[in-house]
Amino acid sequence: MNVTVLDRKPDRGAQSHLGFIDCDVHPYVKGPNDFDPFLSKRWLEHKQTIGGRTRQGLAKTSMYPRMSPGVGMRMDSWPKTGGHPGSDLPMMQEQLLDLFDVAYGLLAPLVGGAGGERNVEFGAAMATAVNEWQLAHWCDPDPRLLGAIQVNVEHTEAAIAEIEKRAGDRRFAQVNIPPRGLEPLGRRRYWPILEACAANGFPVSLHLGGTGGHASTGGGWPSFYHEEHPSYVQTMQTLVTSLVCEGVFERIPNLKIVLVEGGFAWLPALCWRLDKHWKRLRAEVPHLKRSPSEYVHDHIWVTTQPIEEPERPQDMLSILEWIGPDRVMFSTDYPHWDQDDPRYAFKIPLPDDWKRKIYRDNARALYNLD
Amino acid sequence: MNRHVVAKVEDIQPGTRKIVTVKGREIGIFRVGDDFYGLINRCPHQGAPLCRGEIVSRLVAPSPGDYRLTRPGEMIRCPWHCWEFDIRTGQSLCDPNSVQARAFDVAVEPGRALVEGPFVAESVPVTVEETYVVVTL
Repeated sequence: MNVTVLDRKPDRGAQSHLGFIDCDVHPYVKGPNDFDPFLSKRWLEHKQTIGGRTRQGLAKTSMYPRMSPGVGMRMDSWPKTGGHPGSDLPMMQEQLLDLFDVAYGLLAPLVGGAGGERNVEFGAAMATAVNEWQLAHWCDPDPRLLGAIQVNVEHTEAAIAEIEKRAGDRRFAQVNIPPRGLEPLGRRRYWPILEACAANGFPVSLHLGGTGGHASTGGGWPSFYHEEHPSYVQTMQTLVTSLVCEGVFERIPNLKIVLVEGGFAWLPALCWRLDKHWKRLRAEVPHLKRSPSEYVHDHIWVTTQPIEEPERPQDMLSILEWIGPDRVMFSTDYPHWDQDDPRYAFKIPLPDDWKRKIYRDNARALYNLD
Repeated sequence: MNRHVVAKVEDIQPGTRKIVTVKGREIGIFRVGDDFYGLINRCPHQGAPLCRGEIVSRLVAPSPGDYRLTRPGEMIRCPWHCWEFDIRTGQSLCDPNSVQARAFDVAVEPGRALVEGPFVAESVPVTVEETYVVVTL
């Protein structure tokens, strides 16, 4: 058994990942000054002399595990030329884009701190700078890479202006909002921004990470990284529940939400629970015209990483069926330590039509790609 | 099965590893003290280059808060998802009964014995004065 596991080579069917669309790729800066050319003199001076103010209480602690030397990166992703994993385009091409003939890679920049910045004017300036940086350093040099528009959702006016400025620019695929915010995303204060995303044809990607300023679990701060990692699921569940219950999808019928790096096996059980209570509590939320699970299926897409690995591998097929194979999109999370390899992430063969959807067609349709 | 000379003993210092290619397979040769072990450079989980990971100890805790650092330098931690394997056997820490990295026989041989053959020298020239690390595959 051991040798069988080890020596297995991708069979013909397993080659179907080639040409996939990677829904979670992390670019990183080469140095702390990468964003400077894209900041106005006013904000550059602010960055250099005052700096950011995040919502993270435990200043200078790393959210990432130190299991791997560095900051939770794949150990073989440190560029030989120096610099940080994800900062070197040729290496990203070698380890990801060219290796798997990736059709498109959707960028999820977790740098710049725009989304969680408490000084919202500075946050808005950093958002613009990170957007320009994505184009200059990634999307223009390699058109397979598609940017994610950064905004600070606590500055409504600036966020909408940034979204409208990028409308029609095919180098951007979506708007990226940190899922850990000051309030659950379905609250009315965020509706104008969500409306702007939908009106301008941008899905909203909610990528785990960032700091909302609140403890990462409903019961307080975790002691271990092992405890922190599954808290991503709680965050995603809070978002889905908030968006559904607040009636966001009634208000914005063409809003499309993509959950990134939260896994997905938990989603069917959450929908069952929401549906059950909707039958009992409809009088409290009369604005919900349809069952929660219908809103979820019509408006929410999930990406695979960090993929669940059920004890009985065949159970994965049931999970995908419950969510709907038309709503699941493959993602690697390159170059993070918990990234998934498209050849081996699924521990059971998928039906051919599911593979096509999950590796390519769902993302192609959602993002309107060639 | 052939014997392949992959390194001089002094090329691999205690606590370090060298990754070699034998018959097209990448194998990590580990030196723990004066003992040598070989593991395939491929994690059974998702295919990462296993032998390039951190060499660590085996940390055990009979109960919460009671930690014992055991077997220093005898575990290899995968550079991707941090699954740990026993360098001596390839046995995994997470699921020792069913997940294992393939281990190879590694021996130390004096050059005097090797020159009598048969062996495959790969890219290591053999002289009678030296001692060598030999993989059987």
